[in-house]
Parts: sequence; C-alpha cells; structure tokens
Amino acid sequence: MTSNTKPGFETLAIHAGAAPDPATGARSTPIYQTTAYVFDDVDHAASLFNLQAFGNIYSRLTNPTVAVLEERIATLEGGRGATCVASGHAAQMLAFFSFMEPGDEFLAATKLYGGSITQFSRSFKKFGWNAIFVDAEEPENFRKSMTPKVKAIFVECLANPGGVIVDIEAVAKIAHEAGVPLIVDNTMATPYLCRPFDYGADIIVHSTTKFLSGHGNAMGGAVVDSGKFDWAQNDKFKSLTTPEPAYHGLNFYETFGDLAFTIYGHAMGLRDLGPTMAPMNAYLTITGTETLPLRMQRHVENAKAVAEYLEDHRQVEWVSYAGLRSSKHFKLAQKYLPKGAGSVFTFGIKGGYDAGVKLVESCELFSHLANIGDTRSLIIHPASTTHRQLSAEQQKAAGAGPEVVRLSIGLETVDDIIADLDQALAASAR
Amino acid sequence: MFANTVKPSFEKAGHDSYPDTLIRKILREVKVIAMVGASPDWNRPSYFAMKYLQAKKYRVIPVNPKVAGGEILGEKVYASLAEIPEKIDMVDIFRNSEAAGPITDEAIAIGAPVVWMQLGVRNDEAAARAEAAGLTVIMNRCPKIEYGRLNGELGWHGFNSGVISSKRRKLPEKA
Ligand SMILES: Cc1ncc(COP(=O)(O)O)c(C=O)c1O
Repeated sequence: MTSNTKPGFETLAIHAGAAPDPATGARSTPIYQTTAYVFDDVDHAASLFNLQAFGNIYSRLTNPTVAVLEERIATLEGGRGATCVASGHAAQMLAFFSFMEPGDEFLAATKLYGGSITQFSRSFKKFGWNAIFVDAEEPENFRKSMTPKVKAIFVECLANPGGVIVDIEAVAKIAHEAGVPLIVDNTMATPYLCRPFDYGADIIVHSTTKFLSGHGNAMGGAVVDSGKFDWAQNDKFKSLTTPEPAYHGLNFYETFGDLAFTIYGHAMGLRDLGPTMAPMNAYLTITGTETLPLRMQRHVENAKAVAEYLEDHRQVEWVSYAGLRSSKHFKLAQKYLPKGAGSVFTFGIKGGYDAGVKLVESCELFSHLANIGDTRSLIIHPASTTHRQLSAEQQKAAGAGPEVVRLSIGLETVDDIIADLDQALAASAR
Repeated sequence: MFANTVKPSFEKAGHDSYPDTLIRKILREVKVIAMVGASPDWNRPSYFAMKYLQAKKYRVIPVNPKVAGGEILGEKVYASLAEIPEKIDMVDIFRNSEAAGPITDEAIAIGAPVVWMQLGVRNDEAAARAEAAGLTVIMNRCPKIEYGRLNGELGWHGFNSGVISSKRRKLPEKA
C-alpha cells in the first residue's frame, strides 16, 4: 500500500495475517488439513525442536491456517502475538498455565460468564490454582484482596450476561502496582468495540466461538499477548524467566523477549495440554473476522433498538444494557465502548419464572439455546436452563433470578426481531 | 506497504522505530556479520540467532574473547573485531548497552557499514558517533526476528508482523 497512514480496522480485519499462498497463489487462506510437516534434514529437525528456527513440526503446536487467524486476532487487538486454541475455556486454561504454579492465586471479577466461574472455582482447583472472586464494581476491591500469592487479575471488560462494564484502566493500574498482569476476556466486546491493550491490559482472551467467528458454526479461543508486560520485574513468573528443563534449560523470556509468552503458549501450552484449534474452525473464523466491523455495527444498532423497545414495555421490569442512559454503567460504556455496548444483555420480565419460560417457548425467530454472538438472535431463560441447579439465592447472586431473560441480538431485520419479542411477550402474559 | 512509507528524514531522526524499507535493505545487502558476544552454549539467545542467520545464508563470524580460538557452529571465534581478517558488513552486538559503546567504536574503526544492537540493547551516544562516521545503526531489534517478520515466518507462530499486502510474501533476498 502506498498511503502514509496506518491501515484502518476494516482493512486489518480482511488482510492482517493473510497473504496469497506462497506456493500456489491461492488468494483465500487454504485449509492446511495436515497433522505433520517434513524436515529437510536432521539438523533442520533439531533446530525446530530446539525452537531455533521458525517452522512447523506437528499441528498440535502450530498449523499454517491457524497461524493466519492468530496473526489476524493479534493485529486487531494491537498485540504482539496470539495463540489460538480449541475453545474460549481452553484459552483461559492456557493463559493461566503460562505462569501459575500449584498453590498460586489469582483475582477474578464476580461477574463473569457462568462457565468461567465454574472453571475457575472447581476445575482449576484440581491444578492447585485458587481463584479469589472480587466485586469489580469498585476497582479498589482488587487492591484490598491482593495477596503475595496472586499472579494475575482476570475480568471481562463487558461482562456476560451483559450490562456490566469493568473500569479496566483502573484495574490495570492496581495489577501493575502489584507486579502482576491484567487478563481481560474481550469476547463480548470484540476488538471492534473495545481494545483493552489501549487501557493497560496485558493479556486478552477470547472465545472466538462468539462474535469473531460470528456465525454459530466454529468453536475456538485465543490468547493474545500485548508483549509489554515485564515478566522479569519480580520472581513471580518463574516458568517464563528461569531455565525450562523441557527445553534443555532454555529461558523463554531472555531468549524470546516480547515473543516469549506466545512462544510458551505454543511450545509448552499446546504441546503439553493439547487443546489445538482445528484448521477448519480457523478457516471459518478467519472468514468471520473479515466482516467483524460490519457485523458488530449492526449487532449494536439492533441491540440498542431492542433494549429501548423493552425499556418502554409494560411487561418489562428492568433492562440491563450499558448503552441505555438509565444504566449505571452508561458512563463507563461511553469511555470503553463508544461504538456500542455489545449485543448481549438481560432484562427482567414481570410474572417471574413462569412468564420467563412462556416467553422463550413462544419465540419464533429467536432461537432458544445457550450461546451468544451468532448472526441469529438468541434467547435463554437462565433460571430454567443454565442455572437451574443453583439454589434461589445462588441464582439471584449470579444475576440469574427467576425473572431474568438473556438476549443475544442478531443481524435480522430489527423490526422482525422486535415483532417476535412483542408477540412472545403478549403470549407470555396470557 | 504501510510501514515502508515513512519520511526520508526518519532514518536519522530517531531510534524508537525503523521503516521496513531500511531493515529490508540491510538484510538484503549484508553478507558477512560479526556477532560480538556469540556464545558456544546452544541454549543461549546468540546461538539461536547465529544458527538461524547461517541457515539464511549469512556468514556469521563469532567474537568472544572468552572462547577465542575455538569454534562456534563451524566458525572460528575471534577475540576482537580488529582481529578478523575479513571484511565485515555488519556488527551484531549481543552485549549489554554499556558494553555496546566501545564495541561500536571498534566497528567504526574496522569500517563496518552497519552496527546492529540486539533486543534490549541501546546506546544513543554510541549510535550518534557511528552515524557521524557514516554508519547505519539499528538498536533494540533482533535480526532473526526482523528477518522472520518480513518474510512471513514469524506469522507461522501467530505474531503480528505489521505487514499488509496482497502480494505473495517474498524473502528479503540478498543482492
Ligand atoms: C465471555 C465468555 N468467555 C468465555 C466463554 C467460553 O467460551 P467457549 O464456549 O468457546 O469455551 C464464553 C462462552 O459462552 C463467554 O461468553
């Protein structure tokens, strides 16, 4: 390109990481459906195994199609590098795996995707990783909860199920004062709406299953490194800053500098834990990211219209969407999500549990399922589905009380989306 | 490419970032590199870089007084730049920022056209002396990483290369 300016987000969404195939000239990224790659000779193999040469060995670690998506996401987030993995949950596991040891702790916001809360509080315990949950409404709470064993802070910038925004700039400052990285799950906002690295986040994780792939057809996750965190500033991050026995004493941070975290993600995380992204899913997600800006524009436009419609509806008790002036997160939304406050949010239906169940069952256009970030509009009543095992008190604390309905607004004609809710709300009152 | 189109005055103006055109030109024109601080230990960063650059057909001559007379990756090790009997196109400095000062002066003395200080190594005074003597100076970069970034290899590992182009990727071939 011949212009003097930096390429815009839309250009990057289409071109970053992808170039015509060097061998064939194929313009769309080929699906490299292969497990392994030939070595030129024994010395070449040794260089690859010792991480002395760039190149592919085995697709559990790296794959050319997946690599295109990795560079694409790293670029869109303004990061140094990315590791793509099989799911959003795998991304969280891999991010923590890079520096957590048994007995270590991390701070996590209380308002997170429910599956993340379960992963952190139950399964991570088996690794000896201890999550301390903190109310992120007041960033100072993170400072108060800090312990010498804490290795990171984890938040969702725009929290699932929506409406809640964390002041990531304030939290990043607290993390850095304690010498630990801030990890932000940017699944709900995507880099089109918010770029957490611009506010001091150090690592970003994604469930690419949602808006990045965008069509409800490919599982995936990504760990993105800003490349800016100094892992050697204290002795908390030994796996990155001391000799690694599995690579004959290689010191990742000293050898690879700002590439170290991402190389560790592939060479240790993917190699030993194994949650590799399938090339086919990478291909679908690459295609998805090309239209991310267009889709997100429409997602937030439709979501705002639906939220405004619901706010005025007499059967609706409340709407939790940060893009509404009535939201207590409106000011933070203006700062962190000026283009729109996402397309996933909750509202409370009058008539409680029974009305909620009737509503989801009466929808014709909305799909009743447990996912977000699809072209299709989605609806779920958490108390009768995802949160049904919890007690009434637990449901309430999790923001999944009997009256709560969660929407993920899709890309259909907005009048049709509203009309479907309108008829379903009417049916739920009968 | 975007990063290529930077004002001509930029090359001398600062050392916080370098245009891709300049890096490409250096990597294309340089043939013989003297690597000061090269280590014989296979798991040291300098060894990684030397091995990679050799694979890309550069001649890399190691300089390290502690192991002078020995061999690293098939090349004889010299105690100082002045002792190397061959013409050097670039001096790659794998030492700390302070040590980079006198090494840069030696590079000027032997007439090397390029001084390249590794990631984390930066000495602005030394750079100013070298530039006054007509040398090109790159600081706080790794030639291996830059080579891999520009030819797309770094992208194989999920890194942001900053390269946007609808052309097939080409290696920065040497002249
Ligand atoms: C905010 C957020 N993070 C992480 C995940 C987990 O992602 P995955 O289902 O791809 O493992 C989800 C999934 O719903 C999510 O909404």
